[in-house]
Amino acid sequence: MRVGLFITCVNDTLYPRTGRAVVRLLERLGCEVDFPLAQTCCGQMHWNTGYGPRIEPMVRRFADTFAGYDAVVTPSGSCGAMIRDNHPRAAARAQDPTLAADVAAVVPKVYDLTEFIVDVLGVTDVGAYFPHKVAYHPTCHSQRLMKLGDRPTALLREVRGLELLGLPGEQECCGFGGTFAVKNPDVSTAMGADKVRHAAGTGAEVLCAADNSCLMHIGGLMDRQRTGMRVLHLAEILASTEKEPA
Amino acid sequence: MSKAVPPTGATFVGMPPFPRAARDAVGDAQLRHNLRKATHTIRDKRAVVVDELADWAELRAAGAAIKDRTLRRLDEHLLAVEAAVTSAGGTVHWAADAAEANRIVADLVRATGETEVVKVKSMVTQEIGLNEALAAEGIRAYETDLAELIVQLGEDLPSHILVPAIHRNRAEIREIFVREMGEWGVPAPAGLTDEPAALAEAARRHLRERFLSAKVAVSGANFVVAETGTLVVVESEGNGRMCLTLPETLISVVGIEKVVPTWADLEVFLQLLPRSSTGERMNPYTSMWTGVTPGDGPQDFHLVLLDNGRTDVLADRTGRQALRCIRCSACLNVCPVYERTGGHAYGSVYPGPIGAILVPQLGGVATGKVDAQTASLPYASSLCGACYEVCPVAIDIPEVLVHLREQVVEGGGHRAEKAAMRAAEWVLDDPGRLRRVQRLAARSRKLIPKRAPGPGAAWTDSRSIPAVPAESFRDWWVRERSGPADTAQAGVRPTGSAPAAAVVEARESEGEGR
Repeated sequence: MRVGLFITCVNDTLYPRTGRAVVRLLERLGCEVDFPLAQTCCGQMHWNTGYGPRIEPMVRRFADTFAGYDAVVTPSGSCGAMIRDNHPRAAARAQDPTLAADVAAVVPKVYDLTEFIVDVLGVTDVGAYFPHKVAYHPTCHSQRLMKLGDRPTALLREVRGLELLGLPGEQECCGFGGTFAVKNPDVSTAMGADKVRHAAGTGAEVLCAADNSCLMHIGGLMDRQRTGMRVLHLAEILASTEKEPA
Repeated sequence: MSKAVPPTGATFVGMPPFPRAARDAVGDAQLRHNLRKATHTIRDKRAVVVDELADWAELRAAGAAIKDRTLRRLDEHLLAVEAAVTSAGGTVHWAADAAEANRIVADLVRATGETEVVKVKSMVTQEIGLNEALAAEGIRAYETDLAELIVQLGEDLPSHILVPAIHRNRAEIREIFVREMGEWGVPAPAGLTDEPAALAEAARRHLRERFLSAKVAVSGANFVVAETGTLVVVESEGNGRMCLTLPETLISVVGIEKVVPTWADLEVFLQLLPRSSTGERMNPYTSMWTGVTPGDGPQDFHLVLLDNGRTDVLADRTGRQALRCIRCSACLNVCPVYERTGGHAYGSVYPGPIGAILVPQLGGVATGKVDAQTASLPYASSLCGACYEVCPVAIDIPEVLVHLREQVVEGGGHRAEKAAMRAAEWVLDDPGRLRRVQRLAARSRKLIPKRAPGPGAAWTDSRSIPAVPAESFRDWWVRERSGPADTAQAGVRPTGSAPAAAVVEARESEGEGR
């Protein structure tokens, strides 16, 4: 199976470790992974901030870049949801039947990393080793838009050495929300403070999620508060082994 | 009674934009505590009674479908309402906007010779500022809903659609009752405690006198059944039933979107509403009346049908779903933003997620004519989607929020943001440019300050900036995985209108990876 990796612009620029973990993990599971270099961004920031009419080139680029793959895998719930829910809307708005057809062809092949592993590869034990206490935050777009359900925790439960701790108020938003974090910094911080408090209260060493943008906000708060916890993308835990620990 | 006019409370006029108002609200520890406790209590109660219905998803879909079907032929249904109410002995008035509705109500009250009215809790009369308009005409409007009474006595503003005094705890309510009740009627009993039952008894004694003396009542309505011209008020305290039955004259102000065609349609909403709003399986007091019944109840009934921007909302394909709203408040109770700011920060009578999509639309955001406060409301959301999940009529609030943000952007202003977005587009429209920017960031990563100046402070005031890696994923992939042929495709073909120097620089920069 030829898998195209859509790394997302945030991961590409700020979290290459997550990208490397996804590659290592998928190759370990027998996939042929390719990273088409023509990719850039899904357009989520523009779309959600009110600049939807401007993202047509990004939608076109995504559909063109990933047209030839059996599956397109992304380690971001919010970017995945952006493509799945809003690229068809953006294409419809562009009134370009070719673009709409291209988008319609690529969208069903787009998977969140956990969906791809559990649903397509049919695996929950990925052979990972991570001897730490971990809490999982099921980010809003991962749970409500991508509907990942219990796939991430099913994968985490099979990781050797990992102790999964329940996160109180897990369904509540962490307060990132893209540009919301800077347009409404006080509310965003208040929401994040509760998330950090809940996470720290579990006694976990690591808070993980399937989306680094939420973790950038939560981790940034934790660091400022000297919480002594770290945030980690789920992929890095799943890629972790005795030989190459995360 | 020592005061000449009743407290009409403060108004939302002149409130600052949401981020500024929210800053004060999130810093108020008492408010935060009151809201956390109250929203979580109602939220949990709702979840229990919704989860016990196996057909909730179907009910929700039916509620949305009935509203959409009705709104598509709203003109016909409204004429049916007018005909049915008129033939049942009521009088129907049409009001295009708030001023017209207020004038109609004031004239009707004056015609009775009365200077006092009792009110059933009603959002629409708050939307049009009826109490203030009546006060200007020398008419006193007394709220009779317990929470609205608390707000009115405290010269306060409502902060929630269903429980407008949600920002108050019982100690604060006791203090307001002791201080204010005697000014307006039956005083609070001596030794009043802050036990909920004692507070409710004090309110009951205070209001009883009001109900028995009132000659005119003003209400809204939750629904109007077109086939018979029947109005429906759904409430929990019985104050509504008192107001709707005891006075001689009843004036009901109703938004035009409240129509349901038939009683069979109403049945769906009488299941959806109580479970979504108060977390009750069945509503306690459901009052229904059709025109005038000789010898029973008010003998003079007026229905004021209000537009006030609703037909403009109806004209917006994406935004019109907001008109399905049945004012249950489930979206407020689950909203993580509302939970932390309360309703006052929204600066309008409709707070929370539904307010953030309703108020800008009613105010005309599509035409670009709203003020900065109203324009800030569509951004008062992290787009987490909790509101859409609980909405009993499936209003996709995040979708409408994004739609309204586009209208705000089109409306002008936001110059710095637009420039930043254009710069981001320029970078993201081409992988070569993206790679160049990533390398620039990597090279200068040691220079990035821990606390950013200017707009960046909105991030760094509370959060660290993530460490920029020495190498982007893209560069790692090219270095580790691709051959020279792939590198040539690494996005070094800038398209569009990049300045020549930038293209050259991008190509040179690209060369480093080979």
